[in-house]
Amino acid sequence: MSKEAFSATGNQMVANAMRQVDPDVMAAYPITPQTTIVETYAKFVADGKVNTEFVTVESEHSAMSACIGAAAAGARVATATSSQGLAYMWEELPIAAGMRLPIVMANANRTISAPINIHCDHSDIMGVRDAGWIMFFAETAQEAYDNTVISFKVAEDPNVLLPVITALDGFTTTHAMERCVLEEDQTVKDFVGEYTPLYPLLDTDNPVSHGNFANIGNMYMRTKMAHRRAIEGAAEIIEKYGKEWAAIVGREFDLVDTWGTEDADYIIVTVGSCAGNARYAARLLREQGVKCGVVRPRVFRPFPGKQIAEACKNAKAIAILDRSDSMGACEGPVAMETKSALMDGGVTAPVTSYIVGLGGADITLDQMKQVYAELEQRAEAGKNSELIYLGIEE
Amino acid sequence: MAYPEFDVTKEHTWKPSELPIGFVIPDGGNSVKYLTGGWRSQRPIWDKDACKNCMLCWVYCPDASIIAVDKEMTGIDYDHCKGCGVCVNECKFGALKMITESEAKEVYGE
Repeated sequence: MSKEAFSATGNQMVANAMRQVDPDVMAAYPITPQTTIVETYAKFVADGKVNTEFVTVESEHSAMSACIGAAAAGARVATATSSQGLAYMWEELPIAAGMRLPIVMANANRTISAPINIHCDHSDIMGVRDAGWIMFFAETAQEAYDNTVISFKVAEDPNVLLPVITALDGFTTTHAMERCVLEEDQTVKDFVGEYTPLYPLLDTDNPVSHGNFANIGNMYMRTKMAHRRAIEGAAEIIEKYGKEWAAIVGREFDLVDTWGTEDADYIIVTVGSCAGNARYAARLLREQGVKCGVVRPRVFRPFPGKQIAEACKNAKAIAILDRSDSMGACEGPVAMETKSALMDGGVTAPVTSYIVGLGGADITLDQMKQVYAELEQRAEAGKNSELIYLGIEE
Repeated sequence: MAYPEFDVTKEHTWKPSELPIGFVIPDGGNSVKYLTGGWRSQRPIWDKDACKNCMLCWVYCPDASIIAVDKEMTGIDYDHCKGCGVCVNECKFGALKMITESEAKEVYGE
């Protein structure tokens, strides 16, 4: 395919990134709004466009189990899921990470029941944020594509060897048509290269045992420390490969995407697709002389706290928009981590946490303007505010 | 690819940075080196004279702790026997009995 721009959905772009990488095994189960990723990929398999062994499983629990088995055997493995499917996988996720298997999984961010709702928020993905996986958040279909390609490279780096979730917002990014560029197949293949597994079970001349017992003394804790060091170190490696890919394709990569933060008085921090609205509102307000900025971590694990604090250091007031709540906690997950990073970074501007867009509730331009207007008031008041459910009357 | 020499009995001395990634054991057939007899609170005692070498204990042992040579039982591997008592339950000839580890210490001095 040529490098000319064409219209595509996020799911088509993710499926095509995976086609270009051509992993050895994909085990997946369909769930809205991820379905068209695996459906498209299954068609690639049926049409002979890839050499992937596609394992049709009866559930997401089995999907991730099959992925773990295949990855331990030495295969390059990819999968995709969403919402309840991700929840059903939960048991397997820390196993994949603890066994340090470089599985790449797309997640179409969708809320979690009950009440039942198939639309976007981050309740599913934030529920697995402590599973030990690297986590990318895409804003656009194009970025979902780029993140997926970069994910393989990062996951398989000998100094990382961790599974990666490459997340895109359900419907907003998975299903909406956008102007996208698909790189040449060979460009992607050359970038990700051949995968050489570290301890493949199928190398019977060199037997290994995976999934071992670490029940005595502090052995378990030592493996966790090794895991923490690996995921912390991954930040630099993500940046390295992200910049390498950016140089090839001409689309920027930063752990934290910033807009207008050099001189912004009022900053919105958020992850995923709603950053687009925030940026548009910021641009409109700048035309009226209000200095607004947007900070969007593109990677949530490892959490780029230093970069976020750096981007926010000159702000007079900061809003953090969470697309999921952590019920009973002081605020949502992005806000908890960002506040902690701001404190470490010595940023003392007043911070307000907003919960936005749960279960696909619209996040409108007016709401973004309202947030910036409230930040002006808070900068004057000089203190943090209580958590706000944006757009909901008590 | 051959892996560096690996000694499972030394794992408790490794720092996090020295652990095989993913806590893989890059070696095979080494469970014999990993002594698990210390888990036991009771142990089977074998009466050689009563034993008919029917090998039921050998068949039923969930570990591999019944030692047999040329189809004849020669003893019990106390380095790995976890004292589950299955062999005693299966023995048809009263050739195996369970005693506590403290009794074993008194009687056998170990």
